[in-house]
Amino acid sequence: MANFDVIVVGGGPAGYVCAIRCAQLGLNTAVVEKEKLGGVCVNIGCIPTKALLQSSHVAHLARADAKEMGIELGEVKTDYGVAMKRSRRVSDQNSKGVEYLMKKNKITVLKGTGVLQPGRKVKVGNDVHTAGKAVVIATGSRVKGIPQIGLELNGTTVFSSDEALFLEKAPASMAIVGAGAVGCEFADIFHAFGTKVTLIEALPRILPLEDAECSQALTKSYQGRGITVYAGAKVTKAQVGKDQVTLTVETGGKTESVKVDRVLMAAGRAVNTENMGFREAGVQLTDRGFVKVNLETLETTSPGVYCIGDVAGPPMLAHKGSREGVTVAERIAGQHPHPIKYDNIPSVTYCHPEVASIGLTEDACKEQKLDFQVGRFPFSANGRARAAAETEGFVKIIRGKKYGEILGAHIIGAHASEMIHELVVARENEFTVEEVDLAVHAHPTLSEAIAEAALDSMGRALHI
Amino acid sequence: MATKVVMEALSPTMEEGRLVEWKKQEGDKVAQGDVLAEVETDKAVMDLVARHDGTLLKHAIEAGATVPVGALVGVIGEPGEDVSALVAKAEQPGSKATPVAQTESRTPEAETTKPAADTTAQMTSMPPAPPAAAITESQAASRAPAPAGGDGGRVKASPLARKIAAERGLDLHGVTGSGPAGRIIQRDLEGLTARPAAAAAAVPAFRPAPGEPYADVPLTQIRKTIARRLSQSIGPVPTFYLTTEIDMTRVWEAREGLKSLDGPKISFNDILIKATALALRQHPACNSWWRDDHIRYWNEVHIGMAVAIEDGLITPVIRYADQKSLRQIATEARDLAGRARERRLQPDEYTGATFSISNLGMLDIDQFTAIINPPETGILAIGAITEKPVIIEGAIEVRRRLRVTMSCDHRVVDGATGAEFLKTLKTMLENPLALVW
Repeated sequence: MANFDVIVVGGGPAGYVCAIRCAQLGLNTAVVEKEKLGGVCVNIGCIPTKALLQSSHVAHLARADAKEMGIELGEVKTDYGVAMKRSRRVSDQNSKGVEYLMKKNKITVLKGTGVLQPGRKVKVGNDVHTAGKAVVIATGSRVKGIPQIGLELNGTTVFSSDEALFLEKAPASMAIVGAGAVGCEFADIFHAFGTKVTLIEALPRILPLEDAECSQALTKSYQGRGITVYAGAKVTKAQVGKDQVTLTVETGGKTESVKVDRVLMAAGRAVNTENMGFREAGVQLTDRGFVKVNLETLETTSPGVYCIGDVAGPPMLAHKGSREGVTVAERIAGQHPHPIKYDNIPSVTYCHPEVASIGLTEDACKEQKLDFQVGRFPFSANGRARAAAETEGFVKIIRGKKYGEILGAHIIGAHASEMIHELVVARENEFTVEEVDLAVHAHPTLSEAIAEAALDSMGRALHI
Repeated sequence: MATKVVMEALSPTMEEGRLVEWKKQEGDKVAQGDVLAEVETDKAVMDLVARHDGTLLKHAIEAGATVPVGALVGVIGEPGEDVSALVAKAEQPGSKATPVAQTESRTPEAETTKPAADTTAQMTSMPPAPPAAAITESQAASRAPAPAGGDGGRVKASPLARKIAAERGLDLHGVTGSGPAGRIIQRDLEGLTARPAAAAAAVPAFRPAPGEPYADVPLTQIRKTIARRLSQSIGPVPTFYLTTEIDMTRVWEAREGLKSLDGPKISFNDILIKATALALRQHPACNSWWRDDHIRYWNEVHIGMAVAIEDGLITPVIRYADQKSLRQIATEARDLAGRARERRLQPDEYTGATFSISNLGMLDIDQFTAIINPPETGILAIGAITEKPVIIEGAIEVRRRLRVTMSCDHRVVDGATGAEFLKTLKTMLENPLALVW
């Protein structure tokens, strides 16, 4: 039993960041976390997958590029179990880092499941804690299966990323259902570890939220290395055996039978709203199951109770949740933070080549009947990319014709995840393509491709 | 502590003001509310009053100079105080506009820190009250709306906002920025329409000097406003015109009869104001405002009457004209017209009309069309009353006739609607007792 100013329920990237900002602003803060601090992101999401993707990248370098670069490695063997253990160490280090940050900021960590009670109270175990100023819901989301077609998660043959991240061995064959960021990243990882991967997406293209040109380029890259890609494909039936699963997939008018050892479900996530006292505390949900919030303040239908991160609504991205955490903390402390620009949140998939974007896709520009001009620059024309043997991909910038504003920007290629931020900053500050070009880009860098794409959108690229 | 005196927005549409005359000299003691100077706005000459007690230490601009709203015009402080820093800042090149709505009290070292007053945000869109109580600064919240001008007069705006402004001809001075530290961003320009950029205005020379083929005269505030308002009207307002001839013989006779009474002299214009107001009551479609996304039909009738003044015109408003007696209207109209010619009208005396009339009868114009003053949707142009031969029941009679033409905004007023209004007006004037019916 204790009194705090703020109690944050959930210690993921939204919740723990919110707690730090609250503490910085002088609020006595507690975080409730039932598992490890850092949430899905740090423990079974963003961070361990990046560790595994680095392994897959090294495997690729060893197989494809090393010899040509004058390094003889002999036969390349991979061991998923070793890579997995490394990824666990990385996650644990990060989780410990969050623990340290809690200590440093004098934030109380309450271990257990937080259950809301009316009047800004949170029950953890048998203790009821009171928040004088605010309760912040940051309970996040989890993977979900598709029970309707027989693809219920069983943890052995049909599993989610939660299990995939702890496999000791890469399976011989695997179907991945859902080709969003998670599906595409695991396709990359398991393929590098020798698994025969079939990637299945219901929407007409993989990475359906990204620009169609990026989807096409990634499809080509995947098919080129031997990953089977079914887009616009529907899994109509699943026969789950003891050691094998047979999926019936309808694609392009044909019916395919896909026999695999394992199925990885990477289609969608469910938010964590059950059994947490939301109804009793007056916290209502939307029709889609998210917590209903005032989009400006992120306050729920229960006064003094805020909601951030995945459970507050899409996009379900760690960096969106963190920003909401900061904003809500400042609001609780009586400040007037700048509103979050939800149309300027970058989206990144860390497969190889990486796909990163900000703003509108070309299709969205067409739908909105915007007057726009597309600028492109391929990495094959970039000196640094050639030197690094990373010539796959391009930078695409969509410029508003009238004012030159950056309607959207899309990068597919090595280090796209790092490069996109130049354009995020540009858009945040309403720089136009001209300012992007005016900023001198160091030579030789991959980022020169951004300046060139900006120029190309004005019809005057130099190096192509 | 020295306090800035800035050019205030003294009328709803004012963007810059010309300091006509200093009423207090450097070194004069001033108390809050004292008139410091006379300022010519776009419509009138108004008083700029002190917001603080102290001594007027400095005239930052000379009489006759034109500066944008928010620009430094003087400094009030303690005798002997060094104000060079305050003044120097304002005199930096490019420091044309510092849109801070009211005088702001600040110490020099505090200057970089405070976002400006909330009230500033409303400067461009809301009619500020004429000289009112001092405005306090809002709390230094991290996102309090702030004028983008900042202290040095440099407009803080995103590159995109600058491009949009350039393309649309918007003047960013005075636009309230909602970005970090009051930076103007795209969102802040939504819905803003072009206004002429602040131009250096000088005392107008009306006639070419002898021997000169022409004289280039800078636009005065009022000419700028007229240009803007009228081109705004004739462009986007789909106007049509309805003309009718009214027999004014009986009004003439009635007016002759009224002359024997005490009180103000009743003009035909006064009678027309009254009749128009009463007719509008019966035809609310004509007593309306076009509001872009909706129409406002007025219950109240406020008649704007165009008054010619030196180098322009202005439309003072007879409020509730339908409820006032002819004597009241006559008294008010005379007072308003007189003060309009002296440029002494307060903003609320020339805004808010629901319908206008324009009369060129005294200049012997038989008939003309007037331009609608948006958001109003109609205006009545009054010609001269002339004696004409008219056939009445087969016989030629000499009657006093008046031609009136109504300009109608077709977005609100249809042909028949306007015609019915005119018919009511005509019936009233041909049977003047209807005015007291």
